[in-house]
Amino acid sequence: MLWPIDLIVLTFVIFCAIAAITVRDLLGTAILFSAYSFLMCLLWAVMGAVDVAFTEASVGAGVSTVFLVAAVFRTSRRTKD
Amino acid sequence: MNEFLALIVAKYNFWLYIILMMIGLYAMIAKNNLMKKLVGMNIFQTAIILFYVSIGYKHGATLPIIQGGHGTHDAVIHAADYINPLPHVLMLTAIVVSVATFGVAMALCVKIYQRYQTLEEDELRIRLSEK
Amino acid sequence: MKFLGLVIVCLTGGLLLYGTMDLPNWGDPASPASTHLSDYYIEHIVEETQVPNLVTAVLADYRGYDTMFETAVVFCAGLACFLLLRDFRPGKDRYYRHIPTGVMLHFKNPDTRMIPGNEFEHMDKDWVPSDIIIKTVCRILIPFIQIYALYVVAHGDFSPGGGFQGGVIFGSSLILMAISYNLKTLLKRVTEKFLSMFAATGVLIYVGLGVLAMIMGGQFLDYGMLAPLVPWDPGHIRALGMLGVEIGVGIAVMSVMVIIYVNIVSEGRHDEGL
Repeated sequence: MLWPIDLIVLTFVIFCAIAAITVRDLLGTAILFSAYSFLMCLLWAVMGAVDVAFTEASVGAGVSTVFLVAAVFRTSRRTKD
Repeated sequence: MNEFLALIVAKYNFWLYIILMMIGLYAMIAKNNLMKKLVGMNIFQTAIILFYVSIGYKHGATLPIIQGGHGTHDAVIHAADYINPLPHVLMLTAIVVSVATFGVAMALCVKIYQRYQTLEEDELRIRLSEK
Repeated sequence: MKFLGLVIVCLTGGLLLYGTMDLPNWGDPASPASTHLSDYYIEHIVEETQVPNLVTAVLADYRGYDTMFETAVVFCAGLACFLLLRDFRPGKDRYYRHIPTGVMLHFKNPDTRMIPGNEFEHMDKDWVPSDIIIKTVCRILIPFIQIYALYVVAHGDFSPGGGFQGGVIFGSSLILMAISYNLKTLLKRVTEKFLSMFAATGVLIYVGLGVLAMIMGGQFLDYGMLAPLVPWDPGHIRALGMLGVEIGVGIAVMSVMVIIYVNIVSEGRHDEGL
């Protein structure tokens, strides 16, 4: 385990999480949430949880982003906060 | 001073996980848009999964896949050489169930938007009291 | 509400930070979580199940009863999306496209109909022309994604992967087809009936293997009892039983992902989206 990778990726994860909930465009939220999930997957791969990382890469960064984009397509992009 | 540094090195991961968890909780409480609330819920969920997975990590151990292959294994296996697989198993199914619940939540959002033409909580409350 | 939320978050976070002081150090090999139960699993899984990937072995064998209901939860999520959103009413407005010129015609009267053929084709309100580059790239890519998904399911015993991951990857390849072409192309090839039957079949394969073990004289989901069914390789019967279960999980997860996507993106009308 390389601690600098762990620390850098964790910092990026926290920035992505803050950005995903503050950006005023739901499509932006979807993409930032995808980036968040992918960085989370990297974190798990560094920790040795390869099965969990694989699941998160396919589920979190893949399918749930598609669901979010599909729901934004059928509702609205606008958000007040 | 050295003790404090040792404490930071031993615990900084847990602290950062708790910050992540609190970002999700704040989004669930304070955000006005239902989609934002759902994203906050997912952030909270992944932070908890991260915490669980990190409990299983051991310094100096390798991936939880036994070396030696399929059934023809004779060498003695030392438990200290492999990362604890039990938290991984518990959390793997949690991720898949989380995407299923996320899909149902999205379906509910689409349904709410069809009926009230908004996803903002305050506007939704006004339209509910009108009816 | 924002201020109150911030106060609650700070209080909870402070309490949790205080709680971390009692946790063992990060990555400590002697922590309580890594010393009691997990040692037994790590040292005995290979001789008991012949499966080198510990996560798959615990997931599909030791914890198989739990995973069965996780699959049922995924199936119920697909069912919930279907029941919430599916809309069988035909749309009142009809849209047709004149193929040579690309002009769209809009009929508000539901009684006037055109005959779709070489001149006109039936379209939907949200129809957008798709790009030839995206279509071609996806047509080449999709078979490889599907082969990879099958590999992930089949190699769940030896390498990272398994039914959940393979099912999600297969489902996302079908979703990619719906995005790159259009939803009708997907639903013509993979119909709704087919998807619903597959989702149920996946759960049925899982439960069926468990019941088969009971019929052969063992406990529910005790794969060791299935050994007489595979006389050529009875030593690896637990690995084969896990493979069967993973196939069931993969089929269920694959079809549920497509069902959820199709219902959300077309608001249940199954005509067009994205």
